[in-house]
Amino acid sequence: MSNGILIFAEHRDGAFNKTSFEALAAAQQLGASLNQPVVAVVLSTDAALAQEIAGYDVSKVISVESPKLNEYTPDGYTDAMEQAVRALDPQYVIMPHTYLVRDYAPKLAARFGKGLISDCVRLTAEGGSEVVFSRRIFLGKIDADVVTDGESPVFATFQSGAFRGDQAKRGAGAVMESMPVEVGEIRMQPEPAFQEVKQAVDLTKANVIVAIGRGIKGEENIAQAQALAEALGGDLAASRPICDAGWLPIDRQIGSSGQTVAPKLYIALGISGAIQHLVGMKNSDTIVAVNKDPEAPIFDIADYGIVGDIFEVMPVLTEEVKKLKG
Amino acid sequence: MKIIVLMKQVANKDAILRINKEATWIEEGDLSYEVNESDGYALEESLRLKEKHGGGEVVVCSMGPQRVKSVIKDALARGADRAIHVVGDDTLRLSPFAAAWVLAEAIRGEQADLILTGLQSDDNGYAQTGVILAELLGVPHATIVIEVDAAGEQLRVKRELESGWYQWYTIQKPALLTIQSGISQIRYATLKGIMAAKKKEIKEVQPALEALAAAAHQRVTKIYFPLKTKQTQFLGDGDAKAGAALLAEKLRTEARVF
Ligand SMILES: Cc1cc2nc3c(=O)[nH]c(=O)nc-3n(C[C@H](O)[C@H](O)[C@H](O)COP(=O)(O)OP(=O)(O)OC[C@H]3O[C@@H](n4cnc5c(N)ncnc54)[C@H](O)[C@@H]3O)c2cc1C
Ligand SMILES: Nc1ncnc2c1ncn2[C@@H]1O[C@H](COP(=O)(O)O)[C@@H](O)[C@H]1O
Repeated sequence: MSNGILIFAEHRDGAFNKTSFEALAAAQQLGASLNQPVVAVVLSTDAALAQEIAGYDVSKVISVESPKLNEYTPDGYTDAMEQAVRALDPQYVIMPHTYLVRDYAPKLAARFGKGLISDCVRLTAEGGSEVVFSRRIFLGKIDADVVTDGESPVFATFQSGAFRGDQAKRGAGAVMESMPVEVGEIRMQPEPAFQEVKQAVDLTKANVIVAIGRGIKGEENIAQAQALAEALGGDLAASRPICDAGWLPIDRQIGSSGQTVAPKLYIALGISGAIQHLVGMKNSDTIVAVNKDPEAPIFDIADYGIVGDIFEVMPVLTEEVKKLKG
Repeated sequence: MKIIVLMKQVANKDAILRINKEATWIEEGDLSYEVNESDGYALEESLRLKEKHGGGEVVVCSMGPQRVKSVIKDALARGADRAIHVVGDDTLRLSPFAAAWVLAEAIRGEQADLILTGLQSDDNGYAQTGVILAELLGVPHATIVIEVDAAGEQLRVKRELESGWYQWYTIQKPALLTIQSGISQIRYATLKGIMAAKKKEIKEVQPALEALAAAAHQRVTKIYFPLKTKQTQFLGDGDAKAGAALLAEKLRTEARVF
């Protein structure tokens, strides 16, 4: 009988990705509801990594070991995790929805004839009732509740921020084991990861950010947002499509593939609020959203919202700010 | 080089979404559709690779009801050579594994050198179809690709990692790549292209989907608008200008940002 919750803890260069602890919190919640043990799996020989996870409330930490796992590749990780999952036979496999997990976990699930319940934002499993995974669809505009047919293993990934990493319960007494695995042919060779030449603009130090999204419509309209940013003494930033179009340089992009900022004031103009944008700015002190769609997900995290046309808001707000600043 | 590009039709980004009575999906009646964003970039990349490396063939594959023909025709007008339409009315309800399985069956016989998909669909947002497809077809893959160098025997691709990091991979062919948006500027269809498209082949395949839908390991029980977690102060009550004036005042007195 399958039993237990397996959590995949992701690491790179000797450190865990912090969303691993969020996934761990999710796994602990599921384990508590189902009264099943949580087992953490780390694909590494690094004892310090295993030790760190063993400091949490888990029953076991398994170090999955092979010389072919020193560097991440989807082929290597899939082979290794497949063996770990088959050997441990858990009911659920929980992972953080990171770029690395997106890269290999669907392949892993496919080895078991299934897909992932991907990018979940919530988990409900109170009192032994059916486990319900909730995920966002339509770019964050709608939630969907997903259940499974109960067949093990169920693979689920959790969105960054769905659980709080600092709420992963600490503990002691986890059993530590290593599990050597046979990894087959690796069909891709990675080169070292790198960052593009130093960014010219460091938005992490900005006090005020005025960010534009696709609602700005055309490059020629950016001046209006720029004027607002200047009136507020702030910097201009953007969502990804604006940088993709080349209207602003990439170092002005906010989000999972751009900069992460937390200014005193973040004004989002014509930005829908996709998760990849939100992760880059949701910790700002005060968030303002202007969007003509009242259901836009950006309003979920906004302190102040205006449902309306940014082209009506930008000039008035600029003038009023100038007036008030005197 | 033979390249297959997977293109999905999705609800228009600006469409106002309404949930159906049964709360199982959105009302589709009066919806307008467009091509999934990253799939448009996947097509553009495949056309560029064909032009750069002296020929070959670009085959578009789309799964869905008859309306997806508009995505297919648009791709043919931009320069794709022919198309495969996997016909099915209810394909959006397929689980990610089932969807990938049907697509794999539809393109397996093509023996393509390269398969490109978008990195994520804007409706279901599984972020899985390409990777599962690669596994089912037995080819290696790379995800979130933003540059493709196909000059050599092997492919060299640049992948986007989190927070501004990148990495190059060398990968054997045949391979599957999931393409990130913004990798290049997308071309428009020309009038000549639109005329030429009329003569291009669109092959229809009709898979038996019922069995697959029944065997789904995951099933959506209901959909709904997310619960608001934050108390947002909405300003202006529909009057954007009044809202803006009020906002300036609040930013000074409540948020104290100036
Ligand atoms: C792996 C991955 C990484 C990504 N990384 C990033 C990232 O780092 N940063 C990022 O931003 N995105 C990123 N994205 C893309 C992200 O998913 C969204 O597609 C993107 O953020 C959408 O940008 P947007 O809100 O400007 O555009 P849209 O989603 O098109 O939204 C435009 C909004 O403007 C509104 N609007 C239109 N006209 C007006 C008007 N006149 N007045 C008021 N409102 C108006 C509309 O109602 C809509 O809500 C990534 C995606 C993936 C899959
Ligand atoms: N019905 C479909 N028809 C064609 N391609 C699809 C379909 N569904 C998914 N895809 C491809 O798979 C990618 C990822 O989709 P998803 O796994 O749903 O996020 C999309 O960007 C498309 O390239």
